[in-house]
Order: sequence, then structure tokens, then C-alpha cells
Amino acid sequence: MANFDRKIENFIEILINQNGYVKVLEGLQNTLLIAVAGLIIGTIIGTVIASVRVMPKYKTLPRVLNGICSFYVGLFRGTPIVVQLLVFYYVLLPLIGFRMTGVEVSILVFGLNSGAYISEIMRAGILSVDSGQMEAGRAVGLSFFTTMIKIVIPQAVKNILPTLGNEFIALIKETSVVSFVGAADLYVAFNLIGTNSYEFMVPYLVMAIIYVVIVLLISLGIKMMERSLRKSDRRN
Amino acid sequence: MIDVINLKKDFDNVEVLKGINLTINKGDIVAVIGPSGSGKSTFLRCLNCMEDPTDGQIIFNGVDIADMSVDINVHRRRIGMVFQHFNLFNNKTVIENIMLAPVHVRCQEMKKAKRQRGTDKAALPTKKQIKEEAREQAYSLLKRIGLEDKADVYPSTLSGGQKQRVAIVRALAMNPDVILFDEPTSALDPEMVGEVLDLMRALAEEGMTMIVVTHEMGFAREVANKILFMDDGLICESGEPKEFFANPKTDRAKEFLSKVL
Repeated sequence: MANFDRKIENFIEILINQNGYVKVLEGLQNTLLIAVAGLIIGTIIGTVIASVRVMPKYKTLPRVLNGICSFYVGLFRGTPIVVQLLVFYYVLLPLIGFRMTGVEVSILVFGLNSGAYISEIMRAGILSVDSGQMEAGRAVGLSFFTTMIKIVIPQAVKNILPTLGNEFIALIKETSVVSFVGAADLYVAFNLIGTNSYEFMVPYLVMAIIYVVIVLLISLGIKMMERSLRKSDRRN
Repeated sequence: MIDVINLKKDFDNVEVLKGINLTINKGDIVAVIGPSGSGKSTFLRCLNCMEDPTDGQIIFNGVDIADMSVDINVHRRRIGMVFQHFNLFNNKTVIENIMLAPVHVRCQEMKKAKRQRGTDKAALPTKKQIKEEAREQAYSLLKRIGLEDKADVYPSTLSGGQKQRVAIVRALAMNPDVILFDEPTSALDPEMVGEVLDLMRALAEEGMTMIVVTHEMGFAREVANKILFMDDGLICESGEPKEFFANPKTDRAKEFLSKVL
């Protein structure tokens, strides 16, 4: 184990004295930024798509919108996230002549991708809310979307919060592929440290621990949110 | 006030309403009765287009609301509805349940007025004023049903009878021209039926126009001024309650009354 001690010393040396921590903090920041921004964009997209997909469909416009949304969900669930990143970064953006950094592209792609997944989660949540809630909203003259936003979605979110938390955790972990488009996330930072010291054991171990800690913190946050959202339930 | 002309409704090619004609005047209390599956609830739900009629017209205040091109939301604000299962908004407190629609609608009107040129913007109420006013109105409505101490609790803590009374004043908060009741007492414990019927009776005495689908024959007989007996998607018999309950003309009505009375 003397060997392992030396490896740790070596790692700490690079991390602190050779400013490795700057890279790690940068990487952590990018990882969290991509995941959080991706989740926010994804939740917005997912909610809109889910609302469209549960609309009554006897008029033409909802049918067309529904078709577009189905196509979108199929497309983004049907291709790997790495492929989406690569296609956006190396195909779509050059084609339309628009420049974006790796981090920006990652936020966009993770937002669009999780939007597809969240839309299905949200749809399940919306369907879990008693249809009488929508009827009551419509009966007092609120529009479909007003009732959705004020009545149905808040109740749906409460029902799907555990699953949504799952999605967020998955998102955090999936961001480890953003180095494909040159975004410097946690993996890139620790990989760099490893390359500098020709030694990967400790950096990757620490990286794994950081991911676990992040995920545990998120789980805790979700639990607290769930508790505060339960106040309209029975026996408050 | 409401003219129903040849109203038909199909569900997946099953004809539920087969052509209903009816005129409802201001102040009418119409009790709709009949056996299960006769189309009573469907008929009621067609009146505010919760179910879109397959055919026919519903002329409400001079506008055919069965026409898909009219903005149904505007007309629904004048038609209150009370459901069998209350359908209070679970994520809102009791007073928010009552305030929600009035505040939303008035804010929309205020914003619309603001966009129009030439209006005196200072004369328009602010969002805060609208809310305050709606809160006061909601509070006085709650006071009327004796539930002002429940204003800030969530519906899940109320009893069935309390929920239904809140649901009724929620409909009242929009100052509707007519209120539709879809079996308002069917989901209640027997001892709570009275409090809801009392409130409905009070509304009837104030001259509110009401259309009530009900199994409460006592209520229909005492409060209604018109009985509609429905069977198999049609109005089988209609008339004054006294006349209808004493001498039903059709065999179907006779048979039904012999079972329920």
C-alpha cells in the first residue's frame, strides 16, 4: 500500500500546488451548469409537449402539434446522446453557420434530450391527476392551458417529483460525455490531472466520489421538496 | 335564456341523446330525473359543452354555444357547474378555489382594456385591487355557508357536504346566469345531503336559474318548477312537479316513480 500512499501524495501535489483544483472547480461548474440548465430547459419543453399531447384532439391544430411532438420525442429518445451532441456540434451548427461553445451546445442538447424524456414523465403525471380537476377549471371558464398551468401541472409535478429526481440524477451522470464536443466537465478535469501525472487511479476514484456526493445531495434536496409539496395532502 | 334545439350526442356511434328540445327561462328550477343511462348527465354536460354536442343547437343568451367557432370559455363564465364529486382544486386553499376564476377573468379583462387605446389607464383596477375585491367577495360567500373559518385550509380536510357547499359558492363567485348541478348529492353521506339541499333551496328562492340532475325526488317535488323525465336519450315527459308526481302520463314515468317513491 506504500505505492497507493505515494499515488495519493502525487495527486494532492498536482491538485493543490500545481493548481489542479482550478480545473476541477471549473469542471464541476460546467457539469452542474449543463445538468441544471439542461433540466430547466428540459422541464419547460417536456411540460409543453406533455400538455399538447393530452389536449383534446378533435380539432386540426392539436392534431398537427401532437404529430410534431411525437416526432420530436421519437427522434430524441431514439438516438444516443453522444450522437446528438456530435450531430449538433459538427453537422447542424456549421450548416447554419452559427458558432457555439462546447458547453453551450451541451446545455442545448441536454435540454432538448431531457425534454423528450420529461415529456413522457410529465404526461404520466398529468394523466394521474383526476380528470375532474380539468373539468372544474374549464367549467368556470378557464382555458385549457390556464387550467393546465394553474391546476393540473402543480398537482402532476407533485406526483412525479421522485421520477423527475431520477431524471435529474441521470442527467448529471450523462453529462460525462460532453468532452466529445470539447466542453471541460469533471471528467476532463480529472483526466487532465491523470495525464499530467501518468497516474489515473486516484483522480478517477476522487471523480467517482464527487459524482456520488452530488447525487446524494440532489436526492436529499428532492426529499425536502417532496415534503414541502405535501402540504395540500390529507392531514396537513 | 337557454334554448336547446334538436340536441344530439353520440359516443363512438352509440347515440346517447337522440334529439332534445327544451326552453329554459330565467328563474326556472328544472329537475332532470330518470333511470340510469337515460342521458341525464350527458344532457347537462352538453349544456355548457363539457361534452360537445354531435348535432343541434344550444342558444344561450342569443349565441349558439354548440358552434365550435365560438369562444366557449367566455360563455362558460356565465354558466356555473357543480359536480357529483365536487372537483375542488386540490392544490388551492378553500378561498383560493373561490377566488381563482374571478381574479383570472378580471385580470384578463383589465389587461385587454389596457391594450386598447384611449382608455383611462388610471381608472383601471390594479391586480392587487382585483385580488382584494375577489377575496372579500369569496369571504362573504364563505360566511354565507358558515365556513369562513375554513378559508385557508385545503379541500382535503373538508367533509363531503362542506366540499360541495364550497363548490356551489365557487360557481356563484362568477355571478352566473344559470347553474348546472350534476347529481350534487349523490356522493354524499346521507347526513350531509340536507345541508347541500338547503343551500340549493336558498339559491332557488333568490331566483337563480338552476338545472339539477338529481335522484332526490323530495327536492325535485318541492323546489323545482319543472320536471324533465328522461328515458333512452329523449325527454319522455315534462311538466309541473305536482302534476308529474301525482299523475304521470307515460308508462315509463309511472314505472320509474313506482320504483323510486
